[in-house]
Order: sequence, then structure tokens, then C-alpha cells
Amino acid sequence: MTVAVDDVGPAVAVTAVPASVARGRRARRLRWWKEAGALGVAVLVLIWTLVPVYNIFMVSLESKGDVFTETIWPARPSVESFWIVITQGYWYLEHFWHQFANSFYIGVGTVFFTLVIGSLASFAIGRMRVRYGWLLSNAALLTYVIPASFLAIPFYRIMQIYGLTNNLWSVIAAEVTFATPYAIFIFQQYGTSIPIELDEAARIDGASPFQVYWKIYLPLMAPALVAVGTYALLLAWNEYLYQFLLLSSKQSMSVPVALAQFLNSDEAPWNYMMATAIIYAIPPVAIYYVFRRRMSAGLTMGGVKG
Amino acid sequence: MSTETLEGAGLLVSRRPLMQRLWRGGLQGSEFTWAVAFTVPYIALFLAFVAYPVAFGAWLGREPSLYLELAEDPIFQRTVVNTILYVGIAVNLKMFGALLLSGFFMRRGWWVKGLLLVYVLPWALPALPAFISIHWMLNGEWGLLNNFLFNVFGMEGPGWLDTSRWLSLGAVITSHIWKWMPFWTVILLAGRMAIPQELYEAAEVDGATGLTRFTHVTFPLLANLYLVCTLLSTIFTLGDFNSVYFVSGGGPALSTHVLATLGIRNAFEVARPELGVAAVLTALPLMIPLVLILMRKLRTTEVTL
Repeated sequence: MTVAVDDVGPAVAVTAVPASVARGRRARRLRWWKEAGALGVAVLVLIWTLVPVYNIFMVSLESKGDVFTETIWPARPSVESFWIVITQGYWYLEHFWHQFANSFYIGVGTVFFTLVIGSLASFAIGRMRVRYGWLLSNAALLTYVIPASFLAIPFYRIMQIYGLTNNLWSVIAAEVTFATPYAIFIFQQYGTSIPIELDEAARIDGASPFQVYWKIYLPLMAPALVAVGTYALLLAWNEYLYQFLLLSSKQSMSVPVALAQFLNSDEAPWNYMMATAIIYAIPPVAIYYVFRRRMSAGLTMGGVKG
Repeated sequence: MSTETLEGAGLLVSRRPLMQRLWRGGLQGSEFTWAVAFTVPYIALFLAFVAYPVAFGAWLGREPSLYLELAEDPIFQRTVVNTILYVGIAVNLKMFGALLLSGFFMRRGWWVKGLLLVYVLPWALPALPAFISIHWMLNGEWGLLNNFLFNVFGMEGPGWLDTSRWLSLGAVITSHIWKWMPFWTVILLAGRMAIPQELYEAAEVDGATGLTRFTHVTFPLLANLYLVCTLLSTIFTLGDFNSVYFVSGGGPALSTHVLATLGIRNAFEVARPELGVAAVLTALPLMIPLVLILMRKLRTTEVTL
């Protein structure tokens, strides 16, 4: 845009040179300062973010004796702790893979049921327009704004009544309960971008509501399904309280519960704990980075409307 | 052109009643069965795992004497102060930091994008590994932070988590911000990206740059999103169990509990569930107005989180 200014003519250009050079120099200096400031912010953000992460790796690479020393990097780094965890070579870790499988079942179960229940309900509300649909959306909204930890005590008692304690299904039920409102919320918003005429056309051609749901709604909702599925998985993987309350037997325990047990033991082997923590964190971090774009698109659908 | 749209509208009008009969008014027979089948799973889930526990919790915490007992308990009094400080400071610092950093991440350049990828790591990391790492890092004797202070500055750092209530609470607040600020930054970043570039160009023509650009263009458009995010974050922080439980564990000497952790402690360590429920229910005077405002806002503004 500014190029046009130079075309004014030779006479004007000659007088304008010194001023514009000075202005250019000042602008360049300002840009330099801005760039330097941005770099400074970047370095601070990097340190802030990575120190706890560095700490996990550092401790996990130390040997047992080195954990209790005043070093800020592993003196003799070794992957021994990881090996111990993988081979279950410590009495606290005897059932590590079993616990990991439990966490995995909880995660997969949560994703599956959240997607099924959420998409069915939002199809009925948004596409079939059932009469009391607004009641359902409000119920979902209300659940979304109730903190899960506030509901934990009665939830635990009710699971006892249902006879589901020490059963993975109880945790799946809890995670699905708290993930579904978000699912309904996202599906309904995303659903508004799919023209209702598609459904109508299919209905005129004689498709049943379930066929519309299965053949039209679900395929077109794929991006939202991926976003919500990732969300549900991260939720289940992040959650500790319900798993701790509901799963206490050796058979049903998940990784977070076992990890926290470590923490409460007298001689907490920190290097093994950190190695366990890293192995536990790999799946959600990997999945997050794979589906990151889809997820943030889903998270912010609607953005700043109104 | 105008006739076309009119005809189109006419067509739509004539088609609507038919479709509505098909879909809504005509929810008879198999239609109705399908609608029931589609909604029953969620209704069952809501009744069994939300409505029933809520009602059961209200019933557990029905005795007024419980609240008197709590009010006289010094641990509970401290807990209330902690909760207010924790929520008030953590939410505002986090949201304000997220607002500033979302502006920073609007910058162009490959390294800014790379930095964003690293910056969101705390959010992707499961809570438990992250918080126990911080817990050990702040250990007075062998933690990374004090080792660093000793090796680099030759000074003895304090026991961050086991000597003073305020240090411990500060550590909890910092950890919470560390874990959750990236999430809100991403949300606000998306909010900023949704602002049309033309608005900025128009503002630039009118001479708005730097701070005025922010106060006159960016913030008015972001204000609603920022408000909803802050309210939601208040509720989520109020219910945040993991940061307190794993970073300070409520210590030293039960001085850094918040309502969420004290409720669980009362119910399962002291083995008095009704007292635990009562502790949690004392948050209702704050919760109810928040929930009401949020439900209105979320329904009307279509902000999605």
C-alpha cells in the first residue's frame, strides 16, 4: 500500500527522503524491540511450561540413590526405572499392565458411550425436534455446570446401592455422566451447520429416523465426533477422584489410583513413580497432538457469536 | 432476483407445515417410538447418575445442626477463606494471563506456532502425573526448585509445601494456573481469530493502534466470551479437586483445604458423609447465581467450550 506514495514525482521524492529514512529507522528499531520483547515472552513461557515436565523426566531417569541428592540434572541417567515399570519389577507395580488395561477400558468405554448417548440425544433434540427437547438441553447444561467433585459423595453411596463399586462400569458411568452434556452441547451446535433439508429429502424418500441418523447425521458429524471423543478420553484419563472412590480392589484399580497409593506409602520410590506417570501420560498426549486441530475447532465452534 | 427469493420463500413456507407435520406434530406411531428410543439413554443417564445423586446429597445434608457444627469448626473456617482466595486469585490471574497470551499467540511466524504446541502440553498431560511432579519438585529437601536455588544462588529455599499455609496455598494456585491457563488461552485465541480482519483495517484507518486497538476493537468483541469463560472457570476451579489434593494435600496441618477436598476428607477419612455433603453444600450461595447466569449466557450466546 505504501508503495504508491513513492510515485508522487521526483521533486516531492527528493525532499521526502531524509524524513522517510529517519522514520524507517525508527520503525525498524521499534520492530526490533518488539521482536526482542516477543522472544523474551517466549523464553518465559517455555520455562514456565517445561519446568514441571523436565522434573518428571529428570527424576524418572535417576537411580534410586540419586533421587535424594541436590542435583538439578540426573548424575547418571539410566532408563532402569522405565524397565522396572514395564517388567513390573517392583512390588507396587506388580499389576501395572493390568491397571493400564483397566484405564484403557475406562477410556474407551467413556468415549463410546459418550458418543452414542450424546449423538442420539442431540439428534432427537436438534433434528427430530422432539417436543420437550429444550428440557433435555437444559438438563445437559445443568449437569455441565455442576462440579463433579461436589457430587462424588452421594454418587459413591448410590454406586454402593447399585452394587457397582469395584466395577469398571461404575467409573465409566461417572465419566459418561460428566462428558455427555458437553457432547450434546457440541453436537447441537455443529448440527446447525448441516442443512435440515437433507433429512427432509431422505424422509420423503422413505428413510426411517434411524436411517437418517445412521446414514446422514453421523457421517456428516464426523469432525464433531472426533473432537468430542478426544475430549471424553482426556476427561477419563485426567479424572482421579471417582476412580479412587469407586475402585479400590487390586483387580479393578486403574493407574491413577495405584500411582496415588505410591504417594501415600512411606518409602515412595519417586523415580518409579515418575516413570509410571510418563508411560501413563503418553496415550492422551499422543492422541491430543494427533487430533489437536479437530479438537480446538470443536472446542471453539461458535466462537464469539453475539 | 427479488421474485426468485420471494418464490423460494413461498416454496419454503408451503413446505414447512408438511415437514413439521412429518417431524413434530406427526410424531406418531413409529416416529414417536424412535424419538423415545433416541432420548431414553440420556434421560436414564441423567435420572440415575445426576438427579438421584443430587437429591440424595440434598437429603444427606438436610440437618441444620451439620451447618452449625461446620461453622464452629476452625478447619472449616480456614477452608472457606482458602476457597475464596483460591478461586478469586487463580481464576482472575489465569484468565487475565490467558487474555494476554492469546494476543501474543496471534503473532505470525513458525516459532510462535511451535511455542503454542509446547505451551498446551500441561493441558494435554493428565492431571495426576503433572501434579505429583510439581509436588516432588517443591519438596523442601530434595525438590528441583530448592536444589536449583542452592546450586545456582547458594541459598536454602523454604519447605514450600510443609512449613507455611500461604506458601502452600500459593503453590496450589500456581499449579492450577499452570495446568489450566493453556486451555483458556486456546479458547480466547479462537475468539480473537474470529474477529474479522476488516474491523482492524477500518480501525487502523481511523488511527487506532496498539492499546487503543485493543480497548476499542478487540476487547469489546471479546468481552462476552471473556465473561462466560471466567464464570465457567470459576465453577470448574471451585470443583477442582486434583490441584489441591496432589500438590499440597491440604497440608500443612489441614490449613490449605478447599471445599472440594474438605468434603471428601469429611466423608471418607472422618467417615461422616453427611458432614462432607454439608461442607460442599455451603458453596451453593455462590454456585446458584453463577449457574443461573451461565445457563442463560450459554444458551443465548453459543459460546462453546
